[in-house]
Amino acid sequence: MNAQALFTAYTTIVLREIRRFTRIWPQTLLPPAVTMTLYFIIFGNLIGSRIGEMGGFDYMSFIVPGLIMMAVITNSYANVVSSFFSMKFQRSVEELLVSPVPNWVILAGYVTGGMARGLGIGVIVTLLSLAFTQLKIHSLPMVVVTVFLTSALFSVGGFINALLATKFDDVSIVPTFVLTPLTYLGGVFYSIDLLPGFWQGVSMANPILYMVNGFRFGILGVSDVNPFVSLGMILAFIAVLTYIALKLLARGKGIRH
Amino acid sequence: MTNALEIEGLTKTYGSGFEALKGIDLKVAQGDFFALLGPNGAGKSTTLGIVCSLVTKSAGKVSVFGCDIDTNLSDAKLNLGVVPQEFNFNQFEKVFDIVTIQAGYYGIPLKEAAVSAEKYLKKLGLWDKRNTPARMLSGGMKRRLMIARALVHEPKLLILDEPTAGVDIELRRSMWSFLEEMNRQGTTIILTTHYLEEAEALCRNIAIIDHGRIVRNTSKRELLQQLSLETFLLDTELALDAAPELEGFSCRLDDEGVLEVDVHKGQALNDVFIQLEQQRVKVVSMRTKANRLEELFIRMVEHSAPEGETKTEGRA
Repeated sequence: MNAQALFTAYTTIVLREIRRFTRIWPQTLLPPAVTMTLYFIIFGNLIGSRIGEMGGFDYMSFIVPGLIMMAVITNSYANVVSSFFSMKFQRSVEELLVSPVPNWVILAGYVTGGMARGLGIGVIVTLLSLAFTQLKIHSLPMVVVTVFLTSALFSVGGFINALLATKFDDVSIVPTFVLTPLTYLGGVFYSIDLLPGFWQGVSMANPILYMVNGFRFGILGVSDVNPFVSLGMILAFIAVLTYIALKLLARGKGIRH
Repeated sequence: MTNALEIEGLTKTYGSGFEALKGIDLKVAQGDFFALLGPNGAGKSTTLGIVCSLVTKSAGKVSVFGCDIDTNLSDAKLNLGVVPQEFNFNQFEKVFDIVTIQAGYYGIPLKEAAVSAEKYLKKLGLWDKRNTPARMLSGGMKRRLMIARALVHEPKLLILDEPTAGVDIELRRSMWSFLEEMNRQGTTIILTTHYLEEAEALCRNIAIIDHGRIVRNTSKRELLQQLSLETFLLDTELALDAAPELEGFSCRLDDEGVLEVDVHKGQALNDVFIQLEQQRVKVVSMRTKANRLEELFIRMVEHSAPEGETKTEGRA
């Protein structure tokens, strides 16, 4: 396949993914908007007003970047894992496997689809947050780079989960028992300065902490970790997971007999 | 001329240790209409699955129009269209989208894909259903949708795995006509089928596979010439109480007015009629009892069963 044909194949996968999640918007776009609005109301307004400042900002301003990032992470991951596993389940993945699309284009197409949903939700949550607080961007490049890379990272993660999953339970295990705890403990709602020394050290092993803080630095200009370390960590994770995903695809793990 | 498909020493052992293919050699010429026959579990779908990259091979070589799937998989796939045995499209997508998306995977821009999709959806009688979600189609329509999808990139080799399974007779005949037309226009076609009359009606060359080995690979004509016995059903004018005695022929009463007569190769059918006339049995019509290829197939597959293993045991 020449470059133009590869691009056509890539855009076909991406547009198909975007069509899929916009067609079922009550399942994909609406729930995170509702959930995040509730977070803003309950944690930001009701409880947040009693908490006072966190990291030098009012509590609502502090949690907004974390909540946006949480929405981006969960939706990027969920889009790819559910879409690709459904294709496996319905066997429509065979449409791709019999075609000459290279594995890296398949991965790129699904990751872009996941990013489209993750970033789309990110925009929706950001717009909703404006009803509760004023967002002053400290560093737009940092915001954009962090959110794009994080979305890409969790899209690749979702893809690997979909390849390895053999039943629907396997699709929900990682988001429920890994992703959600790591996100909640990743500094979305608090600064790790509040934790005792030991738990601060433990928190530093949580990759999501770096993403949330990198993004928070982009918006507020404050972070529990060095923002460039955050970017380095995200890039390293992307490289490792992409390598694993391509290896699994080449072996036909979960998709070829 | 390069063969449309060449398979050499193909083996497949699944993770469970089951040896599905034990060294298959097969050549399908360009322009051929080829049938790959065999009982359930014989290795037909595994063979075709390897050709289509849905199954990974253990050893051996496969090339499609000279493109080796190990070294030039992309070009091999460009030459290939696949119609699987089971429905494998997104049930929630619309008919037109399913076909054009498949074209996109082959690098065909949407504008061209739309033209090709229209052509094949019209030919297969699905154009009126183009905006219908696939799940709303009947079984026959879903099969035709898979054919349209497989053809949208104009492959030179079309592989159909049980294309008419569960399709009514009228639709099956119309699908046959369509496939014959495709073959006349130059598309090489390989099909697996359980309807042996389908293979007999359509194919020029036939390979029979059993227990992971090719037990026969020849032309349909040569295969049918091996048939040493044919059974005819004769409808008699009057109902009979018992089968008449026919010298040199085995004759049974199938029904009150239907005689079943075995005629061996070299015997004259005329002798049957002469003897029946002598016994004042008037025949009003005649037909062959079973599909000829079916009889041959059963005989070959029975002979290929490993010692001490019945066909039923072999598939357990």
